[in-house]
Amino acid sequence: MDTIYALASARGKAGVAVLRLSGPGSHAAIRRLCGDMPAFRRASLRRLVSEGLELDTALVLVFPEGESFTGEASAELHLHGSIAVVQSVLRALSAIEGLRLAEPGEFTRRALENGRLDLAQVEGLADLIDAETEAQRRQALRVLSGAVGQRAEIWRKKLVRAAALIEATIDFADEDVPVDVTPEVSDLTRAVLGDLKREAAGAKAAERIRDGFEVAIVGAPNAGKSTLLNALAGREAAITSEFAGTTRDVIEVRMELSGLAVTLLDTAGLRQTTDPVEQMGIDRALLRAKAADLRVFLQTGEDVPGIQPMTGDIVISGKADITGSGVSGKTGQGIPELLAAIGETLQRRTADAGILTRERHRLATDRAIRAMESALTEVEKGSERAEIAAAELRVAVRALEALVGRVDVEDLLDEIFSSFCIGK
Amino acid sequence: MKHFDVIVIGGGHAGSEAAAAAARMGAQTALITLRADAIGVMSCNPAIGGLGKGHLVREIDALDGVMARAADSAGIQFRLLNRRKGPAVQGPRAQADRKLYRRAIQELLAAEPRLDIIEGEVTDLMIDGGRAIGVVLQDGSQITASSVVLTAGTFLNGIIHIGDQKQSGGRMGDRPSLPLALRLADMYLPRGRLKTGTPPRLSGRTIDWGRLEMQPGDDSPVVFSFLNTEPKARQISCGITHTNEKTHDIVRANLGKSAMYGGHIDGFGPRYCPSIEDKIVRFSEKPSHQIFLEPEGLDDDTVYPNGISTSLPADVQADYVRSIRGLENVAILQPGYAIEYDYFDPRCLRPTLELRDFQGLFFAGQINGTTGYEEAAAQGLLAGLNAAARALNTEPVTLSRSSSYIGVMIDDLITRGVTEPYRMFTSRAEFRLALRADNADQRLTPLGIAIGCVREDRRKMFEGKMSTLRSARSILEGRKLSSKDLAESTISVSQDGVRRSGYDLLGFGEDARAAVDLLFPEFAALPEPIKVQTAVDALYAQYLHRQEQDAHLLRREEDTLIPDDFDYSSMPGLSAELGLKLARQRPATLAHAGRIEGMTPAALTLILAHIRKAQRSKASA
Repeated sequence: MDTIYALASARGKAGVAVLRLSGPGSHAAIRRLCGDMPAFRRASLRRLVSEGLELDTALVLVFPEGESFTGEASAELHLHGSIAVVQSVLRALSAIEGLRLAEPGEFTRRALENGRLDLAQVEGLADLIDAETEAQRRQALRVLSGAVGQRAEIWRKKLVRAAALIEATIDFADEDVPVDVTPEVSDLTRAVLGDLKREAAGAKAAERIRDGFEVAIVGAPNAGKSTLLNALAGREAAITSEFAGTTRDVIEVRMELSGLAVTLLDTAGLRQTTDPVEQMGIDRALLRAKAADLRVFLQTGEDVPGIQPMTGDIVISGKADITGSGVSGKTGQGIPELLAAIGETLQRRTADAGILTRERHRLATDRAIRAMESALTEVEKGSERAEIAAAELRVAVRALEALVGRVDVEDLLDEIFSSFCIGK
Repeated sequence: MKHFDVIVIGGGHAGSEAAAAAARMGAQTALITLRADAIGVMSCNPAIGGLGKGHLVREIDALDGVMARAADSAGIQFRLLNRRKGPAVQGPRAQADRKLYRRAIQELLAAEPRLDIIEGEVTDLMIDGGRAIGVVLQDGSQITASSVVLTAGTFLNGIIHIGDQKQSGGRMGDRPSLPLALRLADMYLPRGRLKTGTPPRLSGRTIDWGRLEMQPGDDSPVVFSFLNTEPKARQISCGITHTNEKTHDIVRANLGKSAMYGGHIDGFGPRYCPSIEDKIVRFSEKPSHQIFLEPEGLDDDTVYPNGISTSLPADVQADYVRSIRGLENVAILQPGYAIEYDYFDPRCLRPTLELRDFQGLFFAGQINGTTGYEEAAAQGLLAGLNAAARALNTEPVTLSRSSSYIGVMIDDLITRGVTEPYRMFTSRAEFRLALRADNADQRLTPLGIAIGCVREDRRKMFEGKMSTLRSARSILEGRKLSSKDLAESTISVSQDGVRRSGYDLLGFGEDARAAVDLLFPEFAALPEPIKVQTAVDALYAQYLHRQEQDAHLLRREEDTLIPDDFDYSSMPGLSAELGLKLARQRPATLAHAGRIEGMTPAALTLILAHIRKAQRSKASA
């Protein structure tokens, strides 16, 4: 097994730069640089010296095998965050036999390979590192703690029990196995089904926390949509003019709102037109607006063709600077209130966010739900369909196992590890 | 010195099937047994088939084995178990006349031109450089062979217990194979100890049948072999009676005298076939247990009371048996006994049942930790085919879990080993809806034809059946009906605009059959068995389609090979116990690894990650 090292913190100038080593040779490398071996798990100040040359004074942390992130013997060097210092230490490490620069994601891969994390936890870690908002951070941390695996195991146990009851009536028909198992099988299946449906309902919100919400601003031409977007974004993201139909393409602005990642969409003004280019812009606007999580309708009194506000959408009059009420991108009137309203609406939707944060999780859950629903139908039909009910329960159990990576692992590993970069 | 292609040691159910299979494959075969007249003896319950077991018998028959045909000749009460459940979990079962069964097996073996039967005791295996090359008999003579199949049953270090009395033996009245056991001990194969029990045998003349509930066989018996349509022997009924509080009191008062409870036995017994002592201790709240009184033959007075196996002393057995209704004056012909025996850890075997460390040596039957005639015969069949393949230098024959119960059993044995005598259940087969007793021939006979173990008469019959099945299918699929077309019929379908073929309609179940007959008169005119088979295929078609994904995953895991020298010790994430298990068992594929006891999803991911890491470093090197 190679010993690997890499810069764990971001590149470039910083107060502190963290360099990480993992593998059987990591302790020897530390001893060579520091002159001695600091006590395990205690921050120790050391002068790093290589070939008689002092490189830096660093805080050194050493972890024993079995008690580190990767599960291997490992160490961290907290250097002064200078590009030159980091370069010199990296060079010194590269000169040591048996050490090499880590590949992207290799620390996490080793953590998985050494059983320190399961697949869902690796996903949670990736999300945690990518987290930009508070909600994303909390959610990722929950997944990282192994919540998916724990819940899946509980559901799985119940379903295995239900399946076992049916199997008993099939395989021991000729013996003294009495009783109608239908009530208990139904109860167990229904309980898991209820849980899973709740989780599935929250899965969409969880996915949104992870990937961000889309909020579209829609309205008639010249309603002030682009001006509003710029005001909300606090910068000139969209071109504004007094000419109707200035915005043709969909303009996206990413921002954080009440701790949530939000992408604001500015869209073309909606009206009947004979201009083919403007029509393409309108079609695109309608498509994106309909698919968005929330729409803000800027009213001007004119009709907007092609789209109606949906439940929960915000309808507000634009150009408050002229009309006196509503919101104005120009003067800033009503902007804090609008932001608060958007934030509140989205917050409400995340309240029921579950632990299923990825499409993979949702697909597995959906498969399990469908199988359990047919199992229930078959169980009700009586004993002549017992083997089919049992088969459906098996499908559900397998789907739950897939949640924590029992099957389909092959495709996942590359995907997961390719989303990591060096040193994480 | 004599030479054969294949030597089979043992004439039980595994040995008979192995010898017949090797001979059918074209191998010159010798079956060596202590007594030729004991070939095909049923040493325990005189019944063949049942749930899961019936499936095995059909699969043996699909590969032209002997068990199904012998059982059809000897069956005196046929019952299809789970008749009220779906066809996938129905299992044919028959009470057999011991004498007729033994005779049928012996006749079938005698008819094999390439099979010699040799009486004698094998005292040693000839091993040369890790290869089996023959056997030594008690008189010192040697017989050489290219492969050897050992089916020693319970004869290895067998000890029979009745109460606190014990004697060595393989079966009541037979001696155990001590020299061979010593020889095998030298081979350092990991082994364990199992136990199994038998009930006292009763004299039928002394049973008061008039006071008992009688259970006849089915009105239209379902036989085992695809070559047969009806039983050959006269059909009889079995009796049913029950234990009662008094029986339980007697057993409870004498528990200390039981070999199993008195601490005389080390082996593990099966959970699914408990002794009467076990039943009364473990299910103390049950006031009564059911007993089937099964006649052992048409002209045999012996009755096998199924459900009260025991290792209590003979006088206690007499006491508790006579407390049972209808058995008040019964005479016991032979007391029940428990038998302990050695088995070899089947995780030492390849999927061909050849030992991993000894080329040309195959183990089959109870020696691998299984119980039951059917399980033994099925292993014998596969070992026989592969012993012949080894001798004749043809491709090995392996069966997948997705193709057969035999595949499921062998995979279970070699990946998980056993902790109790292994018995087949339908729930062990995850592709149960596809692996049915009714379609065993469709699943396996084509393979049998390809490898050469299926004879001409069966091949012709099978191909005829398949062509009729295909035309039945094309009649039904030739015309698609709308919901309007079906308005007149008794089938109610939703008005969804979907046009359905006759095959789709048959998938609706039993109730649709009459309507389909009316709609497709050409189909109605086909022979009944063909129609039934088509209906069963149709019933499961939609589910099988959905299982395909799982089957695909399984095949992918089966295709992910784990190198023989894969180093589990360098995977610190594995629990020590699991790491040790994996290192010992050396699973050949990811699919095997996944079924090792105690395997967790995380551990499996770990192994896969390591395989890929090894591949990566190999690719970059």
